[in-house]
Amino acid sequence: MKFGIVTFPGSNCDYDSYHAVTDVLGLPAVYLWHKSTDLEGVDVVVLPGGFSYGDYLRAGAIARFSPIMREVAAHARAGGPVLGICNGFQIACEAGLLPGALLRNSGLKFVGDTVRVRVENADTMFSARCEVGDVLRIPVAHGDGRYTADDETLDRLEGEGRVVFRYVNAAGERDTTSNPNGSMRDIAGIISAEGNVLGIMPHPERAMEDLVGSSDGRRIFESLLARVSA
Amino acid sequence: MSRFRVAVHIVPRKGILDPQGKAVSDALHSLGFDGVSDTRIGRHIVLHIAATDANAANDQVRAMCDRLLANPVTEDFEIATVEPV
Repeated sequence: MKFGIVTFPGSNCDYDSYHAVTDVLGLPAVYLWHKSTDLEGVDVVVLPGGFSYGDYLRAGAIARFSPIMREVAAHARAGGPVLGICNGFQIACEAGLLPGALLRNSGLKFVGDTVRVRVENADTMFSARCEVGDVLRIPVAHGDGRYTADDETLDRLEGEGRVVFRYVNAAGERDTTSNPNGSMRDIAGIISAEGNVLGIMPHPERAMEDLVGSSDGRRIFESLLARVSA
Repeated sequence: MSRFRVAVHIVPRKGILDPQGKAVSDALHSLGFDGVSDTRIGRHIVLHIAATDANAANDQVRAMCDRLLANPVTEDFEIATVEPV
């Protein structure tokens, strides 16, 4: 399975993602420059974290017009997996690959911390190696992570099992302290209706080795390996 | 073709939490401006564009807002002025 990691001007987690895929998982990966129009035969596209285009206008708003995004959208339409992490989640929302938007954290501060997310649906290509209720420790690092959508959209996401990860406390419960950014319904990660695009604010690619404090992020990558044939 | 200066206001949609606006409301209250009930903070964008007339300029900017300048999920926009330059 080959991963393609998109580098936008201002991306800064592209190297972390590359390290996660190649050094930790031992799989092939290529960087895909944002001006390219060729996905180079990759099976999984990663839209990495960072501050593409300096977050000008709105986070992700300009990146979605990069030439590579036309190819990423076509890949997604054809059922190809797309993993949007942090800024990648913001870009996926702006590009219409996922519903909703990510707004300024309710506390107005950039949040850099290790948080806990609970697996709400383990029957997805991004969570198949988890059980419902599992709690993963994964870092967040964002200023604009407050997931926002109208009630109808939120109800639909929940009804269709598309809320894959939610912020929880150490006991695995939702409470007022466990949500780092004010996301509606404590949403940390959602998938597209077809199940092949995941947007997630925490950074699984930064939780791949115990050496850095957590290897729980591996479960997301290993789920892809288990579910995606390539 | 004439040239127009178009100013657009973009603000967080009513009902969507605007923590920045709330912080400013609180600060205004502490200054004694008790009459302030709501503050919403957004963007003000000024464009210079070519169009056949003011209506066409207005329509162009409306389309720009729909597709890029505002996020239809969370923001409302209002074209404040269209002035020939």
